[in-house]
Amino acid sequence: MSERIIRKQEIVDDPWQVLRLTSGESAETVPLPAGPVLLPLAVWLARRDEALRRYEQPGVWLDSDEGPEMLADDCRRFAVIGINFPKFTDGRGYSSARLLRERYHYAGEIRAIGDVLQDQLFLMQRCGIDAYAVRADKDIEQALAGLRAFSENYQAAADQPLPLFRRRAKHAA
Amino acid sequence: MYRYDSIDQQIIDERVAQYRDQIARHLAGDLSTDELRPLRLQNGLYIQRHGPMLRIAIPYGMLAATQLRKLAEISQRYDRGVGHFTTRQNMQLNWPQLEQTPAILGELARVEMHAVQTSGNCIRNITTDQFAGVAPDELTDPRPYCELLRQWSTFHPEFAFLPRKFKIAVNAAATDRAVIRAHDIGLELLRDEGGEIGVRIFVGGGLGRTPILGKVIREFLPRRHLLSYLEAILRVYNRYGRRDNMYKARIKILVQALGIDDFRRQVEAEWAHLKDGPTTVPDTEFARIAAHFAPPAWENLPAVDELHAARVAGDLAFANWVRRCVHPHRTPGYAAVTLSLKAPGAAPGDISDTQMLVVADLADRFSFGELRVTHEQNVVLADVRLRDLHEVWQIARRHRLATANIGLLTDIICCPGGDLCALANARSVPIADAVNEKFDDLDYLFDIGDISLNISGCMNSCGHHHVANIGILGVDKNDEEWYQITVGGQQGNAAAIGKVIGPSFHAHEVPLVIEALVTVYVEQRLPSERFIDTLQRVGIEPFKARAYAGRDRRRGARQENREVVNV
Repeated sequence: MSERIIRKQEIVDDPWQVLRLTSGESAETVPLPAGPVLLPLAVWLARRDEALRRYEQPGVWLDSDEGPEMLADDCRRFAVIGINFPKFTDGRGYSSARLLRERYHYAGEIRAIGDVLQDQLFLMQRCGIDAYAVRADKDIEQALAGLRAFSENYQAAADQPLPLFRRRAKHAA
Repeated sequence: MYRYDSIDQQIIDERVAQYRDQIARHLAGDLSTDELRPLRLQNGLYIQRHGPMLRIAIPYGMLAATQLRKLAEISQRYDRGVGHFTTRQNMQLNWPQLEQTPAILGELARVEMHAVQTSGNCIRNITTDQFAGVAPDELTDPRPYCELLRQWSTFHPEFAFLPRKFKIAVNAAATDRAVIRAHDIGLELLRDEGGEIGVRIFVGGGLGRTPILGKVIREFLPRRHLLSYLEAILRVYNRYGRRDNMYKARIKILVQALGIDDFRRQVEAEWAHLKDGPTTVPDTEFARIAAHFAPPAWENLPAVDELHAARVAGDLAFANWVRRCVHPHRTPGYAAVTLSLKAPGAAPGDISDTQMLVVADLADRFSFGELRVTHEQNVVLADVRLRDLHEVWQIARRHRLATANIGLLTDIICCPGGDLCALANARSVPIADAVNEKFDDLDYLFDIGDISLNISGCMNSCGHHHVANIGILGVDKNDEEWYQITVGGQQGNAAAIGKVIGPSFHAHEVPLVIEALVTVYVEQRLPSERFIDTLQRVGIEPFKARAYAGRDRRRGARQENREVVNV
């Protein structure tokens, strides 16, 4: 089973599944599906050794109230870290993504999951998110345009280590 | 003032294209109403009681005459020929059509204007002193700092979806004219013992439902660290501010819940990672921006202009205007002028298209082509020669821009209220009108002297009623308009939140209550005491007693309501 996502500016078929605990399921007892899968943070924390045995490439996802501090040194083990946007207006995931990139120097894929829409993709990209599971009811081809909203930015962020004021001179030259 | 380079222009042009596409997708059904809402708000577009309202950004209140002419043209072509200046120094148009808003933003971009982040849960327009660059009591010009912050906050990718709106104000003068402690972040520019410029940072202030004055998080931060430190504050807020209840989502609630010391610890811990990184601002960047605010070509003039002095001596009406509307300037022979948008019968802060053109011409002829919008909703010409004041006054007077009431009771800060705003509980402009009718004698207004009266139509407190000597707040009781009165608030260095005097009043009682409060002051004042001084000396009780004297709250209310319904 695969779904279409945007990865690094392209639409690709992708095999990763996202495990979400439903009510009644617990992190301790939920059956671990065959991979590749993004595990909820709680499952990862409860069953880290089991997951490491089971998956050659483990994946995890953070909800908007879960910070990358909870992964810390484990970061480098993951091929993919998902950041969930329960609502597109919940902006905590932007901070999580920047911290993963800029503080924890995570170099793997960061994937936005949840309420992922065209008009937020540009911001996500700037914060270091490089894959986007665009909400299923939206036109993913159209959404791709969201990554190209602006050609220049004022601030330093995960995609651009220097703020514009350190680059203007070069622009002018 | 700051002029765009090709990059600034490109960013704003791309914003217009982005917004045009968003509206097109919405109209095509690809972007739902809920999905569009935060996007349009971050472009200043509200859906109001009668339709859309567009709030246009005026960064830190600075406008060029050409920009004001463009606003006049837009208000003629796309609206009803009137704009409204807000307490964030922005301009609101109340009657645009949704479908035309992309075209309006396109027009604005041609004169280096936009509506970026004038609403939404993001960093809003930075505000400052309307006398920036000309005030005699100023340490340094705050506008380069505001512009630095404007650029940093524009489309900041991490802080576009904060828990709630975020307001920053900057003051660099001995007297705070920017109400910095009523802001999420207030910045006060200072010089340390070594002569280095830095900022004292207040955090967690705000009006609204829970008015709180900001607390000091940093006594002195060298200016080069300004942006990285603000990123640390915003990051802590973005991650840990409440998102479950919009009434508890402002940073002030987080600061209150943690306590300023714990909040400071978290910010400092975050900042330790960011300090001295690439967002550290080099002196060359401060210098680059400051060059845009270089003083205009002031002439060498004597400090006293004989002709001006003679006109003041010979014309009482002119002298009154000079007394209230003309302000000291750091350069001999010059003054700053406030053009009052508080003429009797006018909605406070409203300016017609004709007035906009007149003000633009005045700016071109007498003030180097620039003007400022004040948070008190008036307009300032900052660099007028003393000898030109009489002519400015004559022209302004012909267009109802010279009411001599700046700082007086009728210089009312007032939101648009229930006539236009979908959030309002009550109308505010008719209250301002009624106060004007009650106090129509300029001599009496002069006798009452310095006093602030602010009106908000709801708890959002756009009219800053909390920080007024007399504050009026519209409240809703069983679908009826009532007004709660506070006294003792003030702006400035001794900023304070007013206290509620008791049960609310019906609309027609409000002018009588104001009169009662003023009368207590006039009776009890000592020589040279302002209203606020007398209030602080004698306490709230005599004011309260007079306000309610002879009023049976509940029975009176019912009768009044019937009258209103019958009307």
